[in-house]
Amino acid sequence: MMHSTLNCADAEALQSLNSENTVLEVENLCVDFKVRGKIVHILSNISFNLSRGETLGIIGESGCGKSMTALALMRMVPSPPGWISAGRILMGDENLTQLSTKRMRTVRGRQISMIFQEPMTSLNPVYTVGNQIAETIRCHKDRNRSQALEEAVEMLRVVQIPNPERLVREYPHQLSGGMRQRVMIAMALACEPKVLIADEPTTALDVTIQAQIFDLLKEIQEARGTCIILITHDFGAVAEMADRVMVMYAGHKIEEGTVEEIRNDARHPYTKGLLQCMPEIKVDIGENRERLPEIPGTVPDLLRGLSGCPFAPRCPFTMLKCKELPPSFDLGNKRSVKCWLVRGDTYVKESA
Amino acid sequence: MMKDTVGQKDLPAGFEEEAVKPEIWWVETVRMYYANKAAFIGLIGLLVIIFVGLFGPIVFQADPFQIKGAPLTRPGDIYLLGTDYLGRDVFSCIIYGARSTLAIAIVATAFTVLIGISLGALAGFYGGKVDNLLMRITEYFQVLPPLVFAMVLVAVFKPTLITVVFAIGVTTWTSLARLSRAEFLKIKEREFVMAARAVGARNMRLIMRILLPNALPPLIVAITLQIGMTIIYEAALSFLGLTDPDIMTWGKMIGLSRDFFFDAWWTVTFPGLAILITALCIALIGDGLNDAFNPKLRGR
Repeated sequence: MMHSTLNCADAEALQSLNSENTVLEVENLCVDFKVRGKIVHILSNISFNLSRGETLGIIGESGCGKSMTALALMRMVPSPPGWISAGRILMGDENLTQLSTKRMRTVRGRQISMIFQEPMTSLNPVYTVGNQIAETIRCHKDRNRSQALEEAVEMLRVVQIPNPERLVREYPHQLSGGMRQRVMIAMALACEPKVLIADEPTTALDVTIQAQIFDLLKEIQEARGTCIILITHDFGAVAEMADRVMVMYAGHKIEEGTVEEIRNDARHPYTKGLLQCMPEIKVDIGENRERLPEIPGTVPDLLRGLSGCPFAPRCPFTMLKCKELPPSFDLGNKRSVKCWLVRGDTYVKESA
Repeated sequence: MMKDTVGQKDLPAGFEEEAVKPEIWWVETVRMYYANKAAFIGLIGLLVIIFVGLFGPIVFQADPFQIKGAPLTRPGDIYLLGTDYLGRDVFSCIIYGARSTLAIAIVATAFTVLIGISLGALAGFYGGKVDNLLMRITEYFQVLPPLVFAMVLVAVFKPTLITVVFAIGVTTWTSLARLSRAEFLKIKEREFVMAARAVGARNMRLIMRILLPNALPPLIVAITLQIGMTIIYEAALSFLGLTDPDIMTWGKMIGLSRDFFFDAWWTVTFPGLAILITALCIALIGDGLNDAFNPKLRGR
């Protein structure tokens, strides 16, 4: 489908196709927290969009607002102290930030769903696995108990759990971590949401299970056309799973692009630093042992309030201009960089 | 884990169909319960007491208020458990007292549980202003000495069965409210609550189906203790004469015979034992329920 329109080579047609395919559009999303009487900007003007069947990786270090972005999309920002202070989350023809809490509940699970980091604690210990999935189904669909349980068995089969008929009757503590995460995925996908947010879904699991879970997510995505937002601090995971990457720092989106663009042509000094911090496995460890590069300094304390570019204090290329907050420079094709370095650059002119 | 489940994939078709049937959750709970001997004894004990309460007065048709013979006869002389200071049969008083004592204990505790857990759950779940308001109300009831408060309530209204139940219910719910609030506060931060919210659970569903079952174990223990407490409260009120004059309860028996404790120990000891055994049975049951509800202890 994409190919035929590309052959037409009509930019406008492509544009309209893109907008038709857009499942989720986030515009200038801001989240504020009130901490000790002071208002702190946890998320500042986050914008991105998701097309059908696409995977967006959100990457950044701890406390940069990755998880908060996810919670904001679900309208689950802890309140108090937080609230969505500005911006729009468009899904279909609805703006999620404006929905009533009652309407929002029907969106959660049905339109957007989320799986959490800790499969060990994200399942309710007092109910059987089948019960929990069935209850989720019954939240959104008109099913009786036994119908919902049969659907739960089907969902467990979708997430490739062996012998689902037996497993529906087991309690979460009887399962291994990988199994529990599969159950979480089954629960999140039970009502066929359009968008699945995976908040570090494999952090608590070992590497082989991690690969299995990613494969599973990919398969489900292909079969159902679900969009996935993958939140992680592991660029390896993003490279494996995602189509596009959004790099976050101190509540700002500082760079966005396809995985290849970010990997081969990172523009923001922070992204470059982040990629350099990725350990490579080298066979020859003996004499060429090197210290793993790091980004000097730490994440700024949002409580103190920031002026200018949030990365400036740690950036090797800081200049006078960095006292001003750079806008997100759009390089076209959903590629953007929030850094003065790209402004007026020949690169911008060429690509524009 | 993976391997042994894969191995069982080739089961006969009939088995799989059977397995899909919704499980009946209480079957296993009951099975677990029977495995616990102390709890089982408690249950049998309480059933006997309830049976006596229900059918004793029918089988054993003797008015407990009727004067049978000489006052303060020793147990075993003419009457099994002797007579009290008016010459009433202690045994028939205990049989008749079982019904009213249990009725008061169960209804008053149900009342306590209803007020206590719902206020505590709302306060813990919603937090903030709701929590503040409900906890100030709870504190207001906490600072009043429950027995004095109950006495005032019974004295102001007519001392009937309903007033006694109401008075005990209204004065003793605070500790349950505190406990359930604390449990809800703790559990609502757990990830599975957030996960349930993320798939679209309503607040009421979160409270009733997600949080409450997880908060239940300590609450069940507290409730069973509360039943014992209620019996003792009722005894205290009866002891002070604040009770329905037409109803014989164990507490009332103790209260009325208090002056004869040193001369006729049987008039107080037997109703006291009845209270003790009932409270003990209920406590054992609570303990057993606590284990049976815990899915981690199941199937072991």
